[in-house]
Amino acid sequence: MKIQAEARAAAWRAKRGLRTLSPLQRVKHWSWVMVRTVLIAGFCFVILYPLFFKLSVSFKDRLDVYDTTVLWIPKHFTLDTIRIAFEALNYPKTALNSLLIASVSTILQVISCALAAFAFARLRFKGSGVLFAGVIFTIIVPVQTLMVTTYLNYRYFDIFGLIEWITGEKGVNLLDSYWPFILQSITGMGIKSGLFIFIFRQFFRGIPVELEEASYIDGCSVLQSFTRIMLPNAIPAIVTVVLFSFVWQWNDNYYVSLFLTSTDVLSTKLPVMWASFSLNDPLYAYLVKNAGELLFIAPIIILYIFAQRYFVESVERSGLIG
Amino acid sequence: MNKIVAWRRRDKESGAHSGKRSKFTLQEKKAGLGLLFVTPWLLGFIFLFLVPLYQSFVYSLNKLTLGKGGFDTRYVGFQFYQELFTSHPTFNRTLVEAIMDIVISVPSITIFSLFVATLINQKFKGRVFARAIFFLPVLLAAPVLSLENSSQMTSIAASVTGGAEDGGFAFTSFELKRMLLESGVGSGIVSYITGSVDRIYEVISSSGVQILIFLAALQSISPSLYEAAKIEGTTGYEAFWKITFPMISPIMLTNVVYTVIDSYSRNQLSQMIKDTAFQSLNFSLSAAMAWVYFLIVSIILLATTTLISRKVFYYD
Repeated sequence: MKIQAEARAAAWRAKRGLRTLSPLQRVKHWSWVMVRTVLIAGFCFVILYPLFFKLSVSFKDRLDVYDTTVLWIPKHFTLDTIRIAFEALNYPKTALNSLLIASVSTILQVISCALAAFAFARLRFKGSGVLFAGVIFTIIVPVQTLMVTTYLNYRYFDIFGLIEWITGEKGVNLLDSYWPFILQSITGMGIKSGLFIFIFRQFFRGIPVELEEASYIDGCSVLQSFTRIMLPNAIPAIVTVVLFSFVWQWNDNYYVSLFLTSTDVLSTKLPVMWASFSLNDPLYAYLVKNAGELLFIAPIIILYIFAQRYFVESVERSGLIG
Repeated sequence: MNKIVAWRRRDKESGAHSGKRSKFTLQEKKAGLGLLFVTPWLLGFIFLFLVPLYQSFVYSLNKLTLGKGGFDTRYVGFQFYQELFTSHPTFNRTLVEAIMDIVISVPSITIFSLFVATLINQKFKGRVFARAIFFLPVLLAAPVLSLENSSQMTSIAASVTGGAEDGGFAFTSFELKRMLLESGVGSGIVSYITGSVDRIYEVISSSGVQILIFLAALQSISPSLYEAAKIEGTTGYEAFWKITFPMISPIMLTNVVYTVIDSYSRNQLSQMIKDTAFQSLNFSLSAAMAWVYFLIVSIILLATTTLISRKVFYYD
């Protein structure tokens, strides 16, 4: 009976892949596990702390802030701060604007970047190497270098002097519309488009050539082989790019403040909306600011919760490296 | 059997069509389509990138005056560049600060992200959860968010109530500093380490993409290398320096370059370039600033790339 139990235990250990370790090795192993756990927990805490802090502050009443016994969980639970931030931000309208800009440019950016990357990875033509060096060049040049000209370009937008010739005026004013965002994402010049082309290209290069060749033998055209073979295999890369593109566009306040003057979006409204409170009550303004930031990141967090599974999985094969 | 029949039939059908075979080979067709696919990007590259880049250089040499129906330019040569370095009140200092920021943060971000990547590459319970949290800073790295800590709130509360409070939460490295100094580490290194520890949130929040890249690299190393090393009797420590480190050194280069580029969005100089253009409405001066910045960053990139690529090990 005893022998049987021991044999069973040994079999279980073998199945779990555990070798019988000497006590010294076991101490070494467990101390490393301890250190690792502490480190990971510590880093997670540092990352999550500001989020919990915002969450806690946003539901606090004005009384709780001055009460030193209240640290995390508010005594007087209130939704007032969030409601005030909601109104100060004009949330439904500004969030809709942000959402529109972010989703339109994400979709266009994914299409243009995936097409260009597919060409760079598989459809070699004369000079494609030089053009890919151009992609890397667009990543390296700071956006500030192009800022003035980009602004003037859209302010007096013109195609080869065509508009001036027809209307007699110096170009059309495209500022304060969605056109700059559409134009720059459809041409793969949006926020970090170069990086997205790079990610897609590395991923496409990782897909076996045999798959593609087999599709040609079965009678696919090049376009069909792209949509039916390459894209379904590149879902992890697509998820990564969609998530990054959306979030970076949502967070961006550089292009938004450059192109939009009267249209409000969240990222331009957020830094100024709490200023009006800071005159009579700075601490309360700080609460409102935090509540506003919570409203700002809420959609991203929700998106991340859904995409997180694919995203974290995709990291394993995201093909960021060649 | 049925399949073969179907194939033969298809062969016959395609044979019937082969009379009007296209003039292009598959390679030529692919090259043509490739050019077509790249066209949107190429248009953007020329008209939204190269031309503006050239124009912004031209503007930095011209005095730009906005009028009613457009803008006029007048050539002034390198006057604006001269102004930047000789008479601008804050440019030199901000530029040096921006460069120092790059020099300081690049090593700490690279080392930290490599460390975290090896950490979460190991197998442990809750790994998926830990990864999900570690990538969160990538998403929350918005310039409009202030995600540091609550010391600001404590100071506001203190100024309102009039009493100095010692509550709240702040990362301090006082103990660490004393410990390191007592164990005989050089004071330069100590202040660098403690400086990085004090900026831990900044370091963590700007190393998300780098962790991602390192993690992908770590997973592409073939496990057979480690197995062979284990049979030979290497320890985990040796395996890291002799296998992992050389294998991911090409990615180290990518990450360093990415970190330098990523610092554009964080520094004061970008803000200054923007303010000069849209608050003082001095477009030409702003363009000149941007060009100086661009040139200096390219020099830094060139230097680091040549320095690192000498040490890089390519497996195949």
